[in-house]
Amino acid sequence: MTGFEAGLKRPLYNRQRLTVLQEPLVLLVILLIAASLFLFVIYPLYSVLKTSLIQRDGSIGLGVYSGLLAKSYNRRPLINSIRLGAIVAVLGTIIGFIFAYCTTRVNLPFTGFFRAVAMFPMISPPFIMSLATIMLFGNNGLITKKILRGMVNLKIYGLGGLVLVETLAYFPTAYLVLSGVLQAIDPSIEDAACDLGASWWQVFRTVTLPLAIPGIASSLLLIFIESLADFGNPIILSGDYQVLAVQAYLRITGLYDLPGGAALAVILLVPSLVAFFVQKYWVSRKSYVTVTGKPSGQQISKSEPWVKTAALIVCLVLTGIILLFYGTVLVGSFMTLWGVSYDFTLANYRHVFVVGGEHIKDTLFLSTVSTPITGILAMIIAFIVVRKEFFGRQALELTSMLTFAVPGTVVGIGYILAFNQPPIMLTGTAAIIIILFVFRNMPTGIQSGIAALQQIDPSIEEASCDLGADSSTTFRNITLPLISPAFFSGLVFSFVRCVTAISAIIFVVSGKWKLITVAVLGSVENSDLAQAAAFCVVIIAMVLSAIGIINLLVYQPWKRGGQKRLKEPTISGGAESWIGTA
Amino acid sequence: MDRYSVELIDVVKVFRDRSGAKDHIVAVDGVSLKLIQGELLTLLGPSGCGKTTTLRMVGGFEMPTSGKVVLDGKVINDFPPHKRDTAMVFQSYALFPHLTVFENVAYGLRMRKMEKDAIVAKARHALSLVGLEGLEERQPGSLSGGQQQRVALARALVVEPKVLLLDEPLSNLDARLRAQMRIEIRKIQQALNITSMYVTHDQEEAMSLSDRIAVMNHGRIEQIGTPQEVYAKPVNRFVADFMGRKTTFLDGKVMGFDENLMHVSVMDAVLPFERVSGINTGDDVELVVRSETVDIVPPGCGTFPGRIIHAAYFGSQVLYEVDLLGTTITAEIPDPQEREVFTQGSEVGINLKTRSIHVLPRANNGQIT
Repeated sequence: MTGFEAGLKRPLYNRQRLTVLQEPLVLLVILLIAASLFLFVIYPLYSVLKTSLIQRDGSIGLGVYSGLLAKSYNRRPLINSIRLGAIVAVLGTIIGFIFAYCTTRVNLPFTGFFRAVAMFPMISPPFIMSLATIMLFGNNGLITKKILRGMVNLKIYGLGGLVLVETLAYFPTAYLVLSGVLQAIDPSIEDAACDLGASWWQVFRTVTLPLAIPGIASSLLLIFIESLADFGNPIILSGDYQVLAVQAYLRITGLYDLPGGAALAVILLVPSLVAFFVQKYWVSRKSYVTVTGKPSGQQISKSEPWVKTAALIVCLVLTGIILLFYGTVLVGSFMTLWGVSYDFTLANYRHVFVVGGEHIKDTLFLSTVSTPITGILAMIIAFIVVRKEFFGRQALELTSMLTFAVPGTVVGIGYILAFNQPPIMLTGTAAIIIILFVFRNMPTGIQSGIAALQQIDPSIEEASCDLGADSSTTFRNITLPLISPAFFSGLVFSFVRCVTAISAIIFVVSGKWKLITVAVLGSVENSDLAQAAAFCVVIIAMVLSAIGIINLLVYQPWKRGGQKRLKEPTISGGAESWIGTA
Repeated sequence: MDRYSVELIDVVKVFRDRSGAKDHIVAVDGVSLKLIQGELLTLLGPSGCGKTTTLRMVGGFEMPTSGKVVLDGKVINDFPPHKRDTAMVFQSYALFPHLTVFENVAYGLRMRKMEKDAIVAKARHALSLVGLEGLEERQPGSLSGGQQQRVALARALVVEPKVLLLDEPLSNLDARLRAQMRIEIRKIQQALNITSMYVTHDQEEAMSLSDRIAVMNHGRIEQIGTPQEVYAKPVNRFVADFMGRKTTFLDGKVMGFDENLMHVSVMDAVLPFERVSGINTGDDVELVVRSETVDIVPPGCGTFPGRIIHAAYFGSQVLYEVDLLGTTITAEIPDPQEREVFTQGSEVGINLKTRSIHVLPRANNGQIT
């Protein structure tokens, strides 16, 4: 990942800077950020931990844990979650690698199309795959009933179904990480191997694959984290296969067992954090990519015809499956009653806009408010972390990235525990939702901001200061324009996550503030799949129009020949950092 | 001998243009070459002239659009790189970063399924050839640029290719190391008597290590010959201008012939030059005046009067920009310690070393600057 590689280069630019004590404004900003990170990131986690340690008699101890883990049916969700995560991580990484190899290392036609389709799962609500799976393979599913005529019982509720939907939902993570890694391999290294007598397979086995190992490890761990945190798919599709994220939720909302739910949340947090730290501090340092001399920038050589054919088939099959799932949801949203009556109707959309109108309005309002806050805060934190030297800088960076690794369920439980009583009463307000959005969606923006800033030689900023600009003028005129692609991709990402989030947000929604994803879940629970499909289509439409609007604002096509346009659109500009937990 | 080590016959390479500005780009436009066993031929030219594409077609990384690539009498147009008996030294070295120095060098032998003992012996020999004994277990990332360069060279040499291909191998090294490495490469190449094709844009490099040079421009070979031929007897204005430190063209007219000499009127003088075939009395010509063919003498002594516009002292030489009756020419004067150094604005005399000045027919200019 670019951010981490750039991080390795930092010592190059390690020069003496002004200490923040000489810049009171910067100091103030740092203190404010540190305080809010403490309040909205650390404190909720602390609340979860504290609550989980309150025993039945009110004393402090590990009683809740020992009580939970004593019973084997309580241990099962942990084992289930880890097993699911491991299977999905392996399958998702394999598919992501194959797809990345085909689109970066083989000169195929339509690679743009393949890339776009592979990105679909990243911009859609997490449970859309489950929905499509039920519509296709469920008891009343299209394929189960119409094609297989009920002869085969496809057990989609449980491990099998979850593996299918999570693999499809999370392989794009592997795809993004690995296509970045593969693209960074100088093609002349593979040319050299070929030149020395290695066939395509030998080049792949002895050069390409070994060089991609750190990226593969990274993507395994990231998908593992994502699968552990997944809430939307298992709540619909898990059946008897209980997983931690859902069990923690049910324990709190169903059994009103706060300490028990909190303890499950902590149990869920441990493997996620372990995977996160292994990824961040160990795997990402083992990159070979920067070792070679200057990249020659040559294009990839022609591939052998059979490799090309095989790659094309793989890409077509995979994009075909993704399109089938999305097509099913789109078509299903126009059907009277999926599984029973396949008549065309607009009734579902009528329902969405009449009954769900409030949900759409609230979602739009909350997302539109929190998105710019997220983007600006992320850039300020990135700037401070990269360019300023102060005590606790690394702790601040780590804390701001922490919500990246913490499963949404844990964050949600933390927020209801922390902000449900004085001194800070936020439950039921719009503020708690906006704050949750901001602090949950910020890490991606920070990461792409840091990556962008580290690629800007500080001497560019020094040149500006040298020519008479002060610190803030330099930031406005020089730094900001240079990191604006990262800023806008942060905006897009943040909005997408606001509109599609479910796991953390389900704890803090209230009668007053409703969110559209919660409405989808309600429709699924009522077994009204067509309605849920219509909601999903509306969500995707909202996401696509937001991306369109932000791209319009950035590139301003009506201003002809004005500013020089960047080649890559914003959405793909910061795509590598589009990786996080649901 | 009619069998050559490498032969290119009217090779053309057309790329589809990805930016969409044009339909296609002709990178190599009808190149024909012949290399005899043990010869080192350099493709020399400005960037974008097609020299690297030509080399990559010999290596098998690009397929020619038309024409033939012949290796040892066999047409190899459709052979992929791993089925060709060529080995390339890449501009970026392209060392395998996950393998040690030894494993890098042994890679090609392993791919040839050689016995383990033979691999060790050959790889060690190749490393000693480039002076890297003792670094076998190091990772390429921990080596200096020059050492990485040697590993790349050893890795290509160890498979004993019929042709060694070198794609600007020294362009990532600093000037001093570059000068040292080009001597080393030439010595190793001569010792092994290995047929080599070398790509560079550095004329000094090309002249100092080549048996022959092919000067390329716009996908075509402008001239092919020994370094002396290409430098001293350029066939057209492009080659004349590309070679040498600084070349000025002076217009002249042929007044008549006298045995091996031809008399050309330049400015207000008539000077004798070596006769060039195809030029007749009355023809318009131009003189290829390289900076070292101009001599600066005290005022009143030379053929022409001149005035120093700018003087730059380099220690071993002085470089003057001189105004010669309205034309600015460059003069490179060696041994400034032995002679008078003129300052800016001084009036001087100018002599042309007519034996070193080549004459081109004027019809050749125009299309290329």
